[in-house]
Amino acid sequence: MNQHEKETLLSIEDLNFSFTTQRGIVRAVRDLSINIKKGETLTLVGESGCGKSVTAHAINQLNPMPPGHVDSGKIVFNGTDLLTLKKSEIEALRGTQISMIFQEPMTALNPVFTVGSQIADVFLTHQDMTKQEAMEKAVELFRLVKIPAPERRVHSYPHQLSGGMRQRAMIAMALASPNPGLMIADEPTTALDVTIQAQILDLLQDLKQHIEMSILLITHDMGVVAEMADRVVVMYAGRKVEEADADSIFHNPHHPYTLGLLNSLPSNKKYKGARRLEAIDGTVPDLLTIGEGCPFANRCVYQTGECSRSFPKETIISESHSVWCHNYQAVKTENRQ
Amino acid sequence: MFKHILKRLSLLIPTIFGVVTLVFFMIALAPGDPARVMLGERANAEQIEQLRAELGLDKPLIQQYGLYLSRIVRLDLGKSITSGQKIASEIKERFPATIELAIWAMLFATVLGVLLGVTSAIRRNTWVDYTTMGGALVGVSMPVFWLGLVLIMIFSVWLDLLPTGGRMNIRYFFEPITNFYVIDGIIMWFKEGTPKFLVSALRHLILPTIALGTIPLAIIARTTRSSMLEVLQQDYIKTARSAGIKERRVIYRYALRNALLPVITVIGLQFGLLLSGAILTETVFSWPGIGKWIYVAIGARDYPAVQGGIIFISIFFVLINLVVDILYSVVNPKIRLQ
Repeated sequence: MNQHEKETLLSIEDLNFSFTTQRGIVRAVRDLSINIKKGETLTLVGESGCGKSVTAHAINQLNPMPPGHVDSGKIVFNGTDLLTLKKSEIEALRGTQISMIFQEPMTALNPVFTVGSQIADVFLTHQDMTKQEAMEKAVELFRLVKIPAPERRVHSYPHQLSGGMRQRAMIAMALASPNPGLMIADEPTTALDVTIQAQILDLLQDLKQHIEMSILLITHDMGVVAEMADRVVVMYAGRKVEEADADSIFHNPHHPYTLGLLNSLPSNKKYKGARRLEAIDGTVPDLLTIGEGCPFANRCVYQTGECSRSFPKETIISESHSVWCHNYQAVKTENRQ
Repeated sequence: MFKHILKRLSLLIPTIFGVVTLVFFMIALAPGDPARVMLGERANAEQIEQLRAELGLDKPLIQQYGLYLSRIVRLDLGKSITSGQKIASEIKERFPATIELAIWAMLFATVLGVLLGVTSAIRRNTWVDYTTMGGALVGVSMPVFWLGLVLIMIFSVWLDLLPTGGRMNIRYFFEPITNFYVIDGIIMWFKEGTPKFLVSALRHLILPTIALGTIPLAIIARTTRSSMLEVLQQDYIKTARSAGIKERRVIYRYALRNALLPVITVIGLQFGLLLSGAILTETVFSWPGIGKWIYVAIGARDYPAVQGGIIFISIFFVLINLVVDILYSVVNPKIRLQ
């Protein structure tokens, strides 16, 4: 209950985002609404190309525009609609209240500057301080993200650090702000090996407890979702298909796509039963030729005639759980335990 | 870093040896007897034999090569046949003129080329981009001597704005000090209180600089543009933007520093090529540098001078490449540490 009383930090309302390409208009995000409360971790789940990164990049306007453009909708952050802001106002928000970490720590840090100077530059951009002070702040942040020998490491170039260390440095850079409000983490662990992944997720959890911040976590890894999420939004081909608290997603999924995602997870418990890893048949529809119906219809075993005609309305399962499916009742909840 | 430089320096020796050898055989194996050519058609066999002996041309080729190498090691390039002066001192006298022109041309090409390349890249597929890149294509296709003549025709003959050639107004009583006329002009300004020498030196530099710098300008602009476009796609640019770094700074610091890596290589190569381009430009603008000197030496069949000039330019080219290498490792930390 406590969650609901908290203030909303960011709300995306009916966002439509598309890209003009030589082949036509690609509708990357359609009628998407999400809310992030203060101190909450929301994960955006879906496969590559489902619009989760476009959504995240739409918030601080990092999508290349053109060819991208917002067709309609609002992105309200702390009471202001970000889409009405001027470029300089958005620049002022980036790195202070909305920061971001990326998937590839290998390529996300500038190879010709030391990691410390890159972090110091963020401080210098937003705050009035000397280079020396900014560098000291960078060392402090390195300590916060648990990089060993921070005084020495700030003078390293990215290629001198390991993948995990680089991701820590990225996180440190995202924290280079007096009051980080929202951290957008775009697949922060995808490029890392499993043990490092766990360390980075632990670090993020840890930081969240230290600093009052919200995290928008983008991932296609249900394992990461289980570890991190308070709430989960499942996206498919630019649409939100299910939204629920983390518990309900795992134990009581209502959308056939969510179910498919969960069934394609390898599981230790099923070892004895020798269950074959399931895959969702078919491929993601082409966003250029996608119609008005449910985008998942062509892959869905519960598909009926209605599905290809119209996109379903929201069905509220419980206070914290909604699904967008015509046949959610037919979806047998295959309990995975 | 120091080790890196030492390593590169030690690699210079075989390179220079190769250059020197190549130049020797290029000239020795060229058709025609130098002695006969030098003395002209009316010379008799005896005179020719005498000159051949003087020049050492009567000895076997391999022995000539040995003698030549031993002279080069002692930094002795021989004497010019036409002037009788030591070639080394002739080069020394003319080299500042060439270098001065080359530096200005390179500055012109680099500053403008990088600026145009960056502008083109951030305004990709707009008329700014099309105009710049179209201009670059024209620039790179234009023969230097032709461009030089056109510039003289427009700015000197028609508009009468700039001098047609030379380095300094010949009516001025001017005693060169360093032989770099711009520097000399500044010194004279302090000494004599008049900037007229400096102004004249600069006015004489404008047209040759443009003529010589146009091709490198075009190449640098094109390289910068494509390199910049590639870098702007990189994740770290997105990172910088997501951290709220101002767009100008993202482009001129975060992106450009990376984009310059291939450009530096091109700048180095172009600087070397400039010296050969100087032969044409200096001739067109009667610029008293090495290029014009070699051109005259070729016409006069002054073999030792041609040989000395080519060796000098080649070694200079190799040295420039070394400087570029070192510069490259300063800009690119990955190379520095290997």
